[in-house]
Amino acid sequence: MPLRLPSALTPPGTVTEGSGPEAEDTERSALLNAVDRFGDFWVLGVFVIMVLVFGLLSPSHDLFTRASWLNISQYAVEFLLLAVGQTFVIITGGIDLSDGAVLGFTGMVSGVVMQDLLSAHANSMLTTVVGFATAIFLGAGIGFVNGFLITRLRLPPTIVTLGSLTAIGAGATPLINGGNEVVNIPSQIGTIGETLIANWVYVPVLVAGVSCVVMGLVLHRTRFGLRTYAIGSNSVGARRAGISVDNHLVWVYTISGLLAGVAGMMVMANFTDASPLSGQNDELNAIAAVVIGGASLFGGRGHMLGTVVGTFIIALLVTGLVLVGVSGSWQEVATGVIVIAAVAGDQVRLRLAER
Amino acid sequence: MSLTTDGVVPESAAASTATPVIAVRGITKHFGSVQALRGVDLDVHQGEVVGLIGDNGAGKSTLVNILSGALQPNAGTILLDGKPVTLSSSLEARNLGIETVYQDLSLAPDLTVWENVFLGREQTVKGPLRLFGWLDRRAMILGAKADLDRTHVRIGSVKALAGRLSGGQRQAIAVGRAVAWGSRVLLMDEPTAALGVEQQETVGQLVRSVSSQGVPVLLITHNLPQVHKLADRVAVLFHGHVVADLRCSEVTVDDMVSWITGAALGAQPHAG
Repeated sequence: MPLRLPSALTPPGTVTEGSGPEAEDTERSALLNAVDRFGDFWVLGVFVIMVLVFGLLSPSHDLFTRASWLNISQYAVEFLLLAVGQTFVIITGGIDLSDGAVLGFTGMVSGVVMQDLLSAHANSMLTTVVGFATAIFLGAGIGFVNGFLITRLRLPPTIVTLGSLTAIGAGATPLINGGNEVVNIPSQIGTIGETLIANWVYVPVLVAGVSCVVMGLVLHRTRFGLRTYAIGSNSVGARRAGISVDNHLVWVYTISGLLAGVAGMMVMANFTDASPLSGQNDELNAIAAVVIGGASLFGGRGHMLGTVVGTFIIALLVTGLVLVGVSGSWQEVATGVIVIAAVAGDQVRLRLAER
Repeated sequence: MSLTTDGVVPESAAASTATPVIAVRGITKHFGSVQALRGVDLDVHQGEVVGLIGDNGAGKSTLVNILSGALQPNAGTILLDGKPVTLSSSLEARNLGIETVYQDLSLAPDLTVWENVFLGREQTVKGPLRLFGWLDRRAMILGAKADLDRTHVRIGSVKALAGRLSGGQRQAIAVGRAVAWGSRVLLMDEPTAALGVEQQETVGQLVRSVSSQGVPVLLITHNLPQVHKLADRVAVLFHGHVVADLRCSEVTVDDMVSWITGAALGAQPHAG
């Protein structure tokens, strides 16, 4: 069964009440259908074009190599995990600006905990497990607090998560370990970051991939996912339908924080240390990925597949520009331009569809 | 999910000696120093369509909100099938079978028709996946078709996005799902506001189809010609009282107007 794409225009009930055969509107909508189907996949098309362009432009077609894939996929891991959580949040019409800060913070706290355990001669394996648990629970806890403040105190998500971002990123994280990187962490973690499955997929990439699939199924096949869309589309209506909107939102932000914790661990695995710089500004890329993937910041629309493509577009942009020899800051410019183009293009398509 | 009816085809003549499905006695409500309702009595019987009319500020919205559980009255009783009930929340009201279709319809425009119909009572698959709330899409798509067919309004595909449908069709979804939720009485708050003539006719069709399924309807509206056509009786609210309970077959629209403005009472016309 194909995944439902929220913005797909399946045959609309445009027939006037009580008159006209249904065959009429199927004809018109078949054409509109085709246009919209194409429209939904335009992000995928952009991605393919980018791959081709960068691939052909890169010296000796470096992009089309396994090394290139490994590089890009590794880079994409942290954004992907954040973007998965962000997808849920944005679909409800909210936003989580603290994602990146939570990534860094959970990494640092987990790192310090593991460092302390190791100095106390604790078992390496056990330390790793405790480290993971710390990151995940801490991330979930912060997400929970975000959700709680947003729903119980009725504060806008922008403000609350901005507050978290500041308190955690600028405030708490530099306080940990004196603001220094934590290097004394179990070697297992570094091993995780380096292990390849079937010679093509790093373990962190697999973790991110599994998260995408699982959360994608939750979003598109379960009641929780449907209600997420409902709340974003019409929260008053959702409430009237008997849905506990506040509780649902708390869950959504908790999930976002939890995934940021997982991302914190994966970043540690990639670099074999915990850095206070990890995750800075990552949330912007995560949000960009979700929007490029077709989500609306007003809520109610978005798609996990779109988020994945959006993330890879950004990862490809960064890596591709490097391969082609363009300097770092231009990557940021390019990302910004693509986000604006994506949103504008989406709006244009919506207006055309309404005619 | 099917609607249970008594199998009784309602006659438009009043069954006024039977116990009303829903009734209020002496409902009073004030907001600070503003007295919105000053002792309202109203009955709705099985198979009836009752209109609730009145000028702005007469108290219609307040009364609807009290009946749907969103507001608590300061005094008075609400009776369901003759038994007093307290509606402390809209959820409780819905659990008792009082369904309200609000003016804004409470539909999610980005969701499809069938998703809207089942919002809040989504069906999950049997088996282990049930734990995760795995949706039984096929059952819901079929169920939505059935629920909407009963409204006799053409919707086209239930997979269409709700936001793309016309106002009348969206009304049909809201009403169809309220009835499918197993309502004992349907409250419709200004269903034709902001709808064109053709779509107002759709709403009329909806009300008739609901009524023919045995569900009584309380229709709150400004649309006097329509309520005159559709309703069996009309209750006129004026300054927080029900000042008249009129048989539509016995009065004209002009009569209704004079009751609404208070002219029939000999009241002074007030500014505004």
